[in-house]
Amino acid sequence: MPIIETKDLTLQYSAGTPFAKTALSHVSISIEEGEFVGVIGHTGSGKSSLMQLLNGLLKPTSGQVLLEGKDIWESPKEIRKVRFAVGLCFQYPEYQLFEETVAKDIAFGPKNMGLDEKQIAARVRDAAHFVSLKPELLEKSPFDLSGGEKRRAAIAGVMAMDPRVLILDEPTAGLDPKGRDVILEQIRDYQQARGTTVLLVSHSMEDVARVCSKVLVMNEGKNILYGTVDEVFSRAEELAQIGLAIPQVTRVFLGLKSRGFDVSTHVYTARQGRDEILRLLKEKGGKP
Amino acid sequence: MIRDMTIGQYFPGKSALHRMDPRAKLVLLVVYIVMIFLASNFWGLGLSAVFLLGTTMLSKVPVKTLLKSIRPLIVVIVFTALINIFYVDGNTLVQWGIFRITDKGIYTAVFMAVRIILLVLGGSVLTYTTSPTDLTDGLERLLSPLGKIRIPVHELAMMMSIALRFIPTLLEETDKIMAAQKARGADMESGGLMQRVKALIPILIPLFVSAIRRAYDLAIAMECRCYRGGKGRTRMKQLHLGGVDAWGILATSLCLGGVIALKVLLPSTL
Repeated sequence: MPIIETKDLTLQYSAGTPFAKTALSHVSISIEEGEFVGVIGHTGSGKSSLMQLLNGLLKPTSGQVLLEGKDIWESPKEIRKVRFAVGLCFQYPEYQLFEETVAKDIAFGPKNMGLDEKQIAARVRDAAHFVSLKPELLEKSPFDLSGGEKRRAAIAGVMAMDPRVLILDEPTAGLDPKGRDVILEQIRDYQQARGTTVLLVSHSMEDVARVCSKVLVMNEGKNILYGTVDEVFSRAEELAQIGLAIPQVTRVFLGLKSRGFDVSTHVYTARQGRDEILRLLKEKGGKP
Repeated sequence: MIRDMTIGQYFPGKSALHRMDPRAKLVLLVVYIVMIFLASNFWGLGLSAVFLLGTTMLSKVPVKTLLKSIRPLIVVIVFTALINIFYVDGNTLVQWGIFRITDKGIYTAVFMAVRIILLVLGGSVLTYTTSPTDLTDGLERLLSPLGKIRIPVHELAMMMSIALRFIPTLLEETDKIMAAQKARGADMESGGLMQRVKALIPILIPLFVSAIRRAYDLAIAMECRCYRGGKGRTRMKQLHLGGVDAWGILATSLCLGGVIALKVLLPSTL
């Protein structure tokens, strides 16, 4: 059974007025447990709306969101439980920090869940460990941290709820390349250690290719592609049509292939590209 | 949602009211307010209402949109009406324990409610037909004589326009922060008063932090463009009084005269 599923999900803003705007139309996806899904699409493609529907922050105009087979809006009073099960970390999450200390801020989610002190402390420690925040930072004010640290503290705040599904909306936006790599790696490690289902919204095809197992492509409120990274990126032309570019390296290898070189086109990172070229050179009998 | 609030929401258009000089509109709004307070019976209030209706039609702002601006004040209006119903003396209609409803109480309550509604709607017609920048421009020019007694009019106007400019931004930000805290299980819909006040902390602190950050950024951006306050500053848009303004002034004066006449000729409700 898929962990989270949407059926014919439609969302309209200001429904029933002349200003009605359809953000999502008839989206049906199903995501299996333990999957690491990259969600890509343009600004305004409905990515963010979809993510907020998945944890019940927005209510669908029609259609259903099923969490482990159960409609999340079956009992609206229990919607908070859904939010604990489907953790959502917004874009620029550092702007939500508010507590006196980092530890207290990370504890906000677990505290709302009604856990006892001991459990909360354990959750905070684990979450801080996953985003490698040093213990001495935990007692500092969140406003004294550096930008990257703030971002990581905020992500830890969502991880600390130990959600079944973790949704991250552009967790690397506005970070320098190093900070980006660090956060992506930490999320991947967390995903592997916990087996959590992760949805990563991103603009960067390179990032998605590097860490995700599946890719979900959104365009104009519709889900147009969902499949493994290989499946989705092999349809480069379709992606190009809606203005999404596949990673540059992949484009190089697609070009090589079309010029008659016997190369694999499942190349998404520079490292993979290097390996593939070395392999090719070796086959041709040349010296690497 | 919080975003539905209509503070300084400009409804773009090209009507006569839109084309009027903001200074004229501001002065006429003050006259209109005086007119409402002068009206001492339902006839006078009715004439003011007709005036308001006329300007609304002229402005081509949908009546429904305009009426929305009353919504945030419903509590105030109902509260005022209730107080008046119970506190004004007159011929008792219903007596219920210490509560007593009189005929005069009901008149006064309705009168007050209508008065507040007319006041709010009048203000809304102005803000719907005048962009915030025009409004502060007009205000600045109107108040500029105060500069002589060392009141920093330009600075105050600038502060006001910046404040107006940032209302939508801050509302949007509030929405975002609320969503983020809700995603972490913040419960803002249940609990007693204390709990609800406490539940606001996770929203207010990030909001203040970001407001201060924005203010700081804006200050630097303004200094980068050599902003030095009002002295010697020229304007891109010059204000001119024109034909529409003359008509507006004429119509408003006639109405004011009418209300005064009604006040003198007919008995007062209050």
